[in-house]
Formats: sequence, C-alpha cells, structure tokens
Amino acid sequence: MDYLLSLIIFFPSFGALILGIFLRGENLESNNNAKLLTLVSTIAPLIFSIFIFPNFNSNVTGFQLVEEYQWLMGLTYKVGIDGISLPLILLTTITMPIVIISSWKIEKNVKEYMICFLILETLILGVFCSLDLVLFYLFFESGLIPMFLIIGIWGGNNRVYAAFKFFLYTLLGSILMLFAVIYMWTVSGTTDITKLMFFDFNSSDFELLGFNISGGIQSILWMAFFASFAVKLPMWPFHTWLPDAHVQAPTGGSVVLAAILLKMGGYGFLRFSLPMFPDASLIFQNFIFSISVIAIIYTSLVALMQKDIKKLIAYSSVAHMGFVTLGIFSMNQQSIDGAIFQMISHGIISAALFLLVGVIYDRMHTRDIDFYGGLVSLMPKYALFFIFFTMANVGLPGTSGFVGEFLVLLGTFQVSKLVTISASLGIVLSACYGLWLSRRIIFGNVTNNRLFGITDLNRIEKLYLIPLIVLTLFLGILPYPVLEITSNSVDLLVSHLTQNLK
Amino acid sequence: MKTIDILTLGPEILLIIYSIIAILTASFLKSNRSYNLIFQATVIIFLISALILYFTPFEIQTSVNGIFIRDTFSKFFQILILLSVSCLLFMSKHYLQKNNLFKPEYPILIIFSTLGMMIMISSNNFLLLYLGLEIQSLSLYVVSSFRRDNYKSTEAGLKYFVLGSLSSGLMLFGISLIYGSTGSINFEIISSMIKYEGFFPGIIAGLVFLICGFAFKASAVPFHMWTPDVYEGSPTPVTAFFATVPKLAAVGILLRVLFDCFGQIVESWQQVIILISVLSMFLGSVAAIGQNNIKRLMAYSSIGHIGFVLMGIASGTDKGISAVLIYMVLYIIMNIGVFVFIVNMERNGVAVTTIDSLNMYNNVSKSQTLFLTILLFSLAGIPPLAGFFGKFFIFNAAINAGLSWLAVMGGIASVIAAFYYLRIVYLMYFGVSSDPLSGKMPTAHWIILSGSALLMLIGIINLYGLEKPSFLAATSLIN
Repeated sequence: MDYLLSLIIFFPSFGALILGIFLRGENLESNNNAKLLTLVSTIAPLIFSIFIFPNFNSNVTGFQLVEEYQWLMGLTYKVGIDGISLPLILLTTITMPIVIISSWKIEKNVKEYMICFLILETLILGVFCSLDLVLFYLFFESGLIPMFLIIGIWGGNNRVYAAFKFFLYTLLGSILMLFAVIYMWTVSGTTDITKLMFFDFNSSDFELLGFNISGGIQSILWMAFFASFAVKLPMWPFHTWLPDAHVQAPTGGSVVLAAILLKMGGYGFLRFSLPMFPDASLIFQNFIFSISVIAIIYTSLVALMQKDIKKLIAYSSVAHMGFVTLGIFSMNQQSIDGAIFQMISHGIISAALFLLVGVIYDRMHTRDIDFYGGLVSLMPKYALFFIFFTMANVGLPGTSGFVGEFLVLLGTFQVSKLVTISASLGIVLSACYGLWLSRRIIFGNVTNNRLFGITDLNRIEKLYLIPLIVLTLFLGILPYPVLEITSNSVDLLVSHLTQNLK
Repeated sequence: MKTIDILTLGPEILLIIYSIIAILTASFLKSNRSYNLIFQATVIIFLISALILYFTPFEIQTSVNGIFIRDTFSKFFQILILLSVSCLLFMSKHYLQKNNLFKPEYPILIIFSTLGMMIMISSNNFLLLYLGLEIQSLSLYVVSSFRRDNYKSTEAGLKYFVLGSLSSGLMLFGISLIYGSTGSINFEIISSMIKYEGFFPGIIAGLVFLICGFAFKASAVPFHMWTPDVYEGSPTPVTAFFATVPKLAAVGILLRVLFDCFGQIVESWQQVIILISVLSMFLGSVAAIGQNNIKRLMAYSSIGHIGFVLMGIASGTDKGISAVLIYMVLYIIMNIGVFVFIVNMERNGVAVTTIDSLNMYNNVSKSQTLFLTILLFSLAGIPPLAGFFGKFFIFNAAINAGLSWLAVMGGIASVIAAFYYLRIVYLMYFGVSSDPLSGKMPTAHWIILSGSALLMLIGIINLYGLEKPSFLAATSLIN
C-alpha cells in the first residue's frame, strides 16, 4: 500500500477527468450518469481511507504512509499523515459523498458542478496530506478556483459579489503566506515540513522603523501565516467574506465550505504556526485569545439578530471557530485535542445544519426566518432532525459538540481563567440563538399560509442526514476513537513546544 | 567570411535567402496559390531554423570579428522566438483571409522582423544591436498599419512609428554616451573596462537612456503609452504578435546588455529597473480594471507581466535570470492561447473585441470557455496552473536577492490583477446572457487553444523540463 495516500488524493480528480472527457450531452440520462459516476468517485476515497487504519499505528509519533518524489527546483512531492491530519481526512472523505447525494436535485450544468466538487476534494485532501511547504501552498490556494466557480455559477442572486469577495479576500491572505514560505525556504534551505518543524527560526528582537519587533523574524513569519489562516478559518475581524459566501453558495458549496474548507485554517495553525514559530505563538497568545473571545461573543450576538437562516449558521460557525483557535493557542494536550475534536464535530454538525436549510430552501425558495414557523406540525421528521442538530450545535452533552467545547475550555482554564469564563458566555449565547431559531422556525403555530403543502423529508434526504446523526451521537458518547488517534501527535506537538519555548 | 561564420550564422543566412526568394515569388507569381505557398513555407522555414539552432553543436561561438555571439542564452531566446512566430503566423492566416488582408507582404515583413530580433539577441556589439532593433521595428511599424483602409490601424502604425523612433533616438544617444566614455561599442571590452578602470558618469547616463529605449520596446511604465492604442488598432493577429515576440526580444536584449555588458555594476542599474518594475506592475493591474476592450485589457496585462519580469531582472542573480526565462516561456504560451481565442471572436462575421460580448459564452462553447478560463487563471498566477510557478520563481529570486519588499509589492499587484482576469471568467460563466458570439473556431485554432491550456495544467508536473535549459542559459549569460 505504498501509494495509498496518493490514490486517495487523486482518485476524485481522476473521476473528474473521466467525467470531463467521456460524458457528453445535456439530457437527463447523462446527468444521472454524471451524478452516479461522481458518487462512485467520492465513495471510493472513503473506502480507501478506511484502508488507512490497518497501516496506521496511532502509537507511532511522527508521519506515516509517507511518499516522496522529486519535483521542481529541489521541491518534493511529499505526502504523509499523522494523528492531526487523519481525522480531517476522514471528515473530508465522509462529507463529500453526502454533499454529492444532497446535490442530486441540481439540474443546471450538472457535469461541471460535479467536476468542480471532485477537483475540490482532491485539493482539500492534498492540503491535509502534504508534507512539503510549497505543495501545501499549491493545494491550499488552488481550492479557490473550484470554489469561486461553485459560488459564481450555482449561487444565489448576489453571487457575483460573494464570489469575488471570497476569491480576492482569500487570495490576498494567502499571498502573504507565499512570501513567508519562500523566505523560510531561503533561510532553511528545505521545504520539507518534517525538517522545518525542527528548524529554529531566529526569534531575537530587532528594530524596524523604530519599532521593536519582539520575536523577530519568527513574528513576521507568524503574522504572514496568520493572515492566510485567519482569513480561511475565519477569525474575527477577517470573517466578513464568510456570511456572504455562505448565503450565496449552493447548499453543496456551503456544506463543503463550512465542514471542510474552514478547517484548513485550523489545520494550518497546528501544522505550521505552533511547531515552526513557537516563540511567536507564545508572544501572540494573548492577541489570539482576545480576538477569539471577541469572535465567540460578538458573532454569537450578531447571529442572534440575523433574518436569514444560512447567515445565522454562518455566524455561528465563526463563533465555533473561535473555540478552535482558543484551544490551539492554549498549547496544552487537552486544549489541542479539544480543538481538533471541535473541528471534526463542527464539520459534521454545520454540514447537517446547512443541509437542513437546503431542504426547506428547495421547497420554499426562501431562507427568511420570518417566512417559516410551526414546521413541527407540517414536517415532524424534519423538526426532529433540526432540533437534534441545533442542540448539537449548542453543545448539549451527549453530542459531539459538547466534547470539543468542554475539552477546549478545560485546557484553556489552565492558561487563563478570565478567557475561559468569557468564552463560556459564548456557549450560553449559542444556546440563545439556537433555541430562538428553533422556536421561530419549528415551533409555534403555522402563521404563513404558503407553508401548507410543504412535504416532509424524503428518502434521499434521510439517507444523507442519518449518517450525520449517528456520527454526532457516536462521537458525543464515545469520543475515544478520535482522541486516541490524535493524542500521540498532539503529545509530540506539545512536548516540542515546551522544549522550544525559551 | 570563414566557414565557421557560416556555420554560426546558419539560421540567419537561411532566413535572409528565404526572404529574397519569397519577395521574388510574390512579385512574379501573383496568385492566391503562391501566396498560400509563401505562408506555409515561412512557417516551415521558421521551424527548420529553430531545429538548426536546437542542434547547433557548440556552446558558445562568436563570429564576424566578434560582433555576433551565439551562446546558450541566445539560442534559448531565438528558438522561443522562432517557435512562437511560426505558431502566430499559422494562426493569423484564417483571420487575414477573412478580412481581405491575405497578402504576401505579411509573412515577408514578419520574416524581416524575426530576423531583426534574432540578430538583436545575438549581438555582442551596440551597432549590431541597433541594426537588429531597427530591422525589427521598421517591419513592425508597417505590419501594425497593415489594415490600410482602417482609421484605427493607420493611427496605430503612425503612433507606434513616431514613439518608436523617439525611443530609438534615445537609445542611440545612450549608445553614443557609452561609446564616448569607454571608446568601444563591444560588450566584452566595455565590461572589462568597467571591471578594471571603474566606471564614469557617462556610462551611467548612457545606461539610463538605453534602459529607457528598451523599456519602450518592452512597453514598461512610463514608456507604455503606445501599447493600448497600438494593441487596439492593429489587426488582431498582429496584436497577438506584438504581445509576444517583440516582448521576448526586448527582454532578451535587456538581459544581454545589463548582464553581459554592465554585469559588474548591478547596483547602478538595479534601482532604475526596480522603479520601472513597480510602476509597471501597478499600472498594469489597476488600469486594466476599467477596460472594456479585450485587446486593450491584454495590453495592460502585458504591461503588468513585464513588471514581474523586470522584478526578476532586478534581482541581478542567475536565479533571477532563469526565473525570467521560465516566466517568458509561460507568458508566451498563455498569450498565444488567449489571442487565438480573441482572433476568433466575431458576431455575424464581424470581429468583436468588447469584453461584454463574452457574456455567458459558456452557452456558446463549453470547451473554449473552459480552456480560456484555465488560461486566465494561469495569467492571474493562481496555483496549481503553470502561471503560478512563473511568479513563484520570480518571487523566489527577488526574496533571495534581499528584495522582499519588491516581492510583496508584486504580490499585492497580482491580487489586484486577479480581479480583471476573474471578471472575464465571471462574464463567461455567470454573466447576463446577451447577443452571443458565433463561437466558431477552425480546428487548428481549437487545438492551439486547448494545447496551451493543457500545457498550463501539465506544467505542474515538471514545467516541461524547462528548469535545466533556463539555468544553463542564465549561467552562460552571467559568465
């Protein structure tokens, strides 16, 4: 199984290639073929990724299943996984088939839609697997193209604005990272992530234009990476592209964006910022804490006042990502474990919520909260799913949302009590907007006559929602499988950090 | 003339002989068939010359009393020029036939300008350089006003001629200043003089005038004024030609002069190049946003790209030169791809160049839209397309040379530039449908378009093995 990772990464784009070359015609039949082929090309990586387990030893620290080939200019094509990337890879391979099934109703440019998603899957998996700095950047940045097209072609009314904002915002963020990447390459002479983790970038202070830059070069590099990841994650105040992109994107696009793409930012912090710039990370710890707390409280408050369901969930995503950054930069075992867990759990829950919004949007073509009300009497099954995932989003014990937030708060408590207490306030606020949203949409009387005749979940919708419920409950009750995978790598990361901090 | 000279000058001699034959054929056999023959023979002759150059056995060879030099660097550029000229000539035929411009003068003028460029890049002497430059420019002035009955085309030709002559004058003035200070017009002698005797203010003044002249030819800011108008006014195949080949020649000769002749005093020309580079990158990005004519847009786009190339030159290292060479190759491929599309933009048989006419082009032709999208993303430098690697190597060279701030400026400019490339993509995929273009394209053109787009994708794997030849060419220039 030497090529397992490459197989997983490139299988979807192989499917896209076949789709692009051999599938002709615009009729119903060819559209169905396109959907089936895409489903196969996304389920195959899922099956392959299960084969990772026999070859993956969670007791081994460091990278496994490594493949390395020469590439341009002394760069390498090097992929491999450790305990931090494996859960995210699984999250990706699980989410993609669900996205494809949920897009079964797409009728406009089906072939192109499917190709975009398949290529996007390759690029996302590449991000989580790559062990070469430039390769990482390549995958990280390439995701913009399919996502731009997905929002732009299949999006809502204001899609052009959203697509451009998404593209340019993220491009500007990551171009700064590119310079940091090149600089690191120049200084250390290597782009191998495993070697760079043990390279000591100069952290002695220097003066720039009369300002004392504490942390020196490390701080500058840290900030360049931060610019990219903070936009991607997104952190307050760099989050403004997210609500626009989410609202305008088609359901499938929103799901991929919320469930997977956002996680690339968190993954980046764990893979680069912490191990490579430990001193700078410590210097910026309080900065991250403060903007994370602001994000948690402020965006929760903003979410409370939204009129559009998707926008509300988008803001709640920003708040939940605040917990992730909080956990990552608390830099201890529990908090980082919790941050990874929170990323996985948020991936599942937000995917489900966006899918649920998609369900009623498909029927009524509006996401206006005021339009709905009393759905429980019209769509009882839908109401059940919706309430379940809202509760999971709030972080009810027994669901996966609880485990992540709890671990993060537990870890953060050891570093700063004030931050923990303020962040806990965010959980209360998330309960506020979650419950209020359910109360306005699901409960109460049916006030809008146009809602009569709305149909309950059909078989396909149940097909893709039930696995998500199972996952949420399973991880909520038994978090060990994920924590077991992550703990060794996180342990290594934390001990590496404590050694390097001067 | 010795045998060795004939061997060294082979491709140039072949081109001269062929051009005489072509002129005679065209003047005595006045039929469409013979014109056609000349066209095809020209393409083939260019390819043969490229092959001869590729298989030239020697590494470095001077000739004609040392005023002509053929080294790895000049071979790299000349092969590139010959290949792209043959491709451009091949794709212009359809357009010329359609617009009653199918005359033998066209290929003949192109041969002359190509010859001029080849001589220019191989020159080891300011006089030969100037000769080559003038042969090239004079043919191009005529070609740009090839559509005599068209007001804009004539204007383009005149504008190009007047401003071009001005820049030639500047350059000549610079050359005479350098000659006055050093007493020589030979690159090697000037270089060794600077090395052993230091340099005089006259050299610097001359150098600045020279750079101004080259900047004009490469259409770098602030000598770019002619570019949008000439691009817009010239017949589209000629615009395609302007966007690619003369740029190659200008960058080639700039590199040759700066490194072969003034390689000892990098720091004295570096600042000028940096200034021009920053201005070009930003003007190219910002001014293109408001354009509604795709030819004008490509003009500003080429200005921006020249800015990036100059950044590579400004780094002053062999890494920088090889990055520039790679960038130029990618730039040529992308531009040929985009222009083969623009050449075929028409509605009811009339050529159209407005960007708005591309609205919902996806409904007209899916394959063309896809390929053009790939090319535009590549021009914008978005990974994973090959255009990204061009920028990446340039940034790498600049940061290695301690010009991080310049690289950051370039990064910001490329984000701004991404906007207008994206705008075309957006129109094609999710604009408002309007009066559509015909979307017809000859198969050969479709192959060029798809080929250049696929090259942008294949480039991820190994950049067509360009790395080694470009590095060899760069080192041959620096030593």
